[in-house]
Amino acid sequence: MTETRIERHHYDVVVIGAGGAGLRAAIEARLAGKRTAIISKSLFGKAHTVMAEGGAAAAMGNVNSRDNWQVHFRDTMRGGKFLNNFRMAELHAKESPQRIWELETYGALFDRTPDGKISQRNFGGHEYPRLAHVGDRTGLELIRTLQQKIVSLQQEDKRDHGDYEARIRVFSETTITELLLDGDRIAGAFGYYRESGEFVLFEAPAVVLATGGVGRSYKVTSNSWEYTGDGHALALRAGGTLINMEFLQFHPTGMVWPPSVKGILVTESVRGDGGVLKNSEGKRFMFDYVPDVFRKQYAETEEEADRWYTDPDNNRRPPELLPRDEVARAINTEVKEGRGTPAGGVYLDIASRKSAEEIRRRLPSMYHQFKELADVDITKEPMEVGPTCHYVMGGVEVDPDSGAAFGTVRGLFAAGEVSGGMHGSNRLGGNSLSDLLVFGKRAGGHAASYADGLTARPKLAVAAVEAAVETALAPLQRDTGESPYVLQQDLQAVMGDLVGIIRREGELVDALSRLAELRERVAKVSAAGGRRYNPGWHLALDLRNMLVVSECTAKAALERQESRGGHTREDYPAMDPKWRRVNLVCALEGDTVRLTHKPLPKMRPELINLFDRAELGKYLTDEELAEFDALAKEAGN
Amino acid sequence: MGSKRQFRIWRGDESGGDLQDYTVEVNEGEVVLDVIHRLQATEAPDLACRWNCKAGKCGSCSMEINGKPRLSCMTRMSTFEEAETVTVTPLRTFPVIRDLVTDVSFNYEKARETPAFAPPADLAPGEYRMQQVDVERSQEFRKCIECFLCQNVCHVIRDHDENKQAFSGPRFFIRAAELDMHPLDAKTDRKEYAQAEQGLGFCNITKCCTEVCPEHIKITDNGIIPMKERVVDRRYDPLVWLGSKIFRRGQVPQTSVNSGQHSGAATTSAAHRGVHSHAGGSHDARAERQAQQGVNWHREVPHPTAPAVDDNGKLPLTELTFDRAAAPSPFGDDVTFPLPPEHLNFAHPQQDEKH
Repeated sequence: MTETRIERHHYDVVVIGAGGAGLRAAIEARLAGKRTAIISKSLFGKAHTVMAEGGAAAAMGNVNSRDNWQVHFRDTMRGGKFLNNFRMAELHAKESPQRIWELETYGALFDRTPDGKISQRNFGGHEYPRLAHVGDRTGLELIRTLQQKIVSLQQEDKRDHGDYEARIRVFSETTITELLLDGDRIAGAFGYYRESGEFVLFEAPAVVLATGGVGRSYKVTSNSWEYTGDGHALALRAGGTLINMEFLQFHPTGMVWPPSVKGILVTESVRGDGGVLKNSEGKRFMFDYVPDVFRKQYAETEEEADRWYTDPDNNRRPPELLPRDEVARAINTEVKEGRGTPAGGVYLDIASRKSAEEIRRRLPSMYHQFKELADVDITKEPMEVGPTCHYVMGGVEVDPDSGAAFGTVRGLFAAGEVSGGMHGSNRLGGNSLSDLLVFGKRAGGHAASYADGLTARPKLAVAAVEAAVETALAPLQRDTGESPYVLQQDLQAVMGDLVGIIRREGELVDALSRLAELRERVAKVSAAGGRRYNPGWHLALDLRNMLVVSECTAKAALERQESRGGHTREDYPAMDPKWRRVNLVCALEGDTVRLTHKPLPKMRPELINLFDRAELGKYLTDEELAEFDALAKEAGN
Repeated sequence: MGSKRQFRIWRGDESGGDLQDYTVEVNEGEVVLDVIHRLQATEAPDLACRWNCKAGKCGSCSMEINGKPRLSCMTRMSTFEEAETVTVTPLRTFPVIRDLVTDVSFNYEKARETPAFAPPADLAPGEYRMQQVDVERSQEFRKCIECFLCQNVCHVIRDHDENKQAFSGPRFFIRAAELDMHPLDAKTDRKEYAQAEQGLGFCNITKCCTEVCPEHIKITDNGIIPMKERVVDRRYDPLVWLGSKIFRRGQVPQTSVNSGQHSGAATTSAAHRGVHSHAGGSHDARAERQAQQGVNWHREVPHPTAPAVDDNGKLPLTELTFDRAAAPSPFGDDVTFPLPPEHLNFAHPQQDEKH
């Protein structure tokens, strides 16, 4: 092999990913005194978190004082169809207000209530107005705030040590391709600078994964090019495990016209602020799709639904605000039954319900986005929307309290979308931004204390570094393979068509055999051009991550014989309490994905007692219900 | 439904490059970035270009399209004529890395130099109280997606690399303005910082930055001009000058400039002894003294004379009928440079030593 130059760095904690979770983790590790590196696949501050529009859910009770962490916990579990890791849902509900308030001390400027507190808005699945927001650009505010906090930490370092980067450094446009181990312990990470194509090696005992999701494996997606499941794949290859990979959230309202912006989201707050869904016959169809488990909380008539916007205490919510999976499925059904728009969506109408001025004030960037990208005036005409791949609930299986990855690896942590468990089978809108903060902080803090607790730093194996170099350079050295762009398109077609929103056994089997074929082709991919900022090469390297993660999704989707949240099986349309007790865990054995069943952790009594029996009856098995009754009886005595 | 369109795209790196012609299919409703992606997927797989959200929210895909700084994800193909050749080049103000990708690290350096938000010492998390109307001013600037188009278009640095050292650019003027207008920011010298360290004075308000801002932030009107006005008003206001002669420095009454917009904790923290309010003034006693000495508010400046006009009262439009082979001076024909020093509001750093 020819001599390859590799830049080396030593850090205590390396955070892979510079979105909300990554930045929050890095802040925490740095505050704990660790030398911290942030690896950003794009430029600093461009992460996909900027796309979050609605807000960050936190039971601060600023708008409705009846809100508290218990109600938030209940909503989260309900939204996830009780498949959530209860401990994560609990920590999330308890700690998110603190995390939001903390952002204000970093300089965030949320919208305010009349008494000067942080304003909170209604959102699908949340019982009370709960989402701290900044117009409809909350994600941007969050990322900018964290970015600026990191800058302020760097300014402290400059003052104390004479160097901005003494203790925290951002490596922008850098991609990690491999984690390196010393036995079962993390020893470092290997990657390349996009700009120069030069390799870089980080020696670090603790790594936090915060790489986000997997949406680029789908044809219609709201996700950016970065969302190639890097963290999922890195964890697998390092000996970690993934759970819940069958659960993908399809955001119900993505733009379907014009084609260039297909997939881009229309925030749920359009519906929270009065927007309604109509089919091509002009019917407000969501009333036909309220499932039994939600019947009690949702309005049955348009009149009641309309009254709710001004008097939420005495009326039930409009069905447009059902959890995302329900709305996505309803739209899918309407379109399939021939009542869709010409572009294959339905109409989302706010124009006829609010004044132009109010729409522009409440939804400024939505207005702006439609005007500029599509030349559509949302104050005058309805939008055409349909389901788009948006979020993966599944991810790295972690310890709920510390974010430490399960499996055989030590020193690996995960937070944010790349981790699994928190959202169960379906994530509530607004829970993602608060998830990033709560578990980002936890993962960063625990990574720091893990590094502290080590007596000796793990050592990198030279052979592993050489292998990583070879793998990275391979696509450039082949010239007989296929173009990475073609392979990506084919992968997206398989996932979009066969492992999409509605799944069937035959199609999933077919998908798995096609993925196996693709694996052969991806192994021979070749990229033209050199190493300097070569997007074809970058994609070629991302492909193998996308592929292995897609295999996990397809395998788990085939295994789970029920419909729940972000996983809908046409051949098993109902929710099955027996399946609620099971997590499907993916691990890598050599090159193949191995799937195992693992029981869900059991909820503590004081938490399960927050629900009434009638509701639990929809989710739990008879055996579990008997246990619950015994508990209740005991408490009664 | 697609049609073939002509594109010219700059390909190359820091050692040079040129425009290359491409013929590419364009479908209805597409934007320039779609076309670039199609090129990558077909004949130019290694065409370098930044992008992320493809929805005008992340500010990654900045480039110059037909010479205009634009986000390529927000430039609809329908805005061009069918037969028009679309020319795409990298941002001119920043060094090229490859093809359409430039080295924008200048912006991150300037971001790092701008002092961060200073939280009020007396408020715990959760105790912050602000009125919507007060946060909205800063929120306008916080809409910034950091596409750096304003930085790219700003003539102070666009063709003047040498100014980059001393000039932070519009993006960071509005960052300073945003913090200046933040109801609870405990730091009170944002404007002075902008003037002294960020090179606010270089800006001569041509508003190019405002024009290219994809978020429609009124960078000049709402950010730069208010800062310029207020950073000037203490140092150059004759009443303040007189006041500081009568009261000794540091005892200038502060109350009048401090009321109104800031409530609660902001006022208390801003009214610390010896610290100036948001409304202007410099901490640096020496700088203020010098400025005052160098200024002659009563100087008589000769009025410029306009160049000769023709019979219709208009400027002669061609050199053929004009008396010289160039445009007339905008300062008037009778003004010669350099101007006599006594006509300038300028305080020389060593003027004390002369006296």
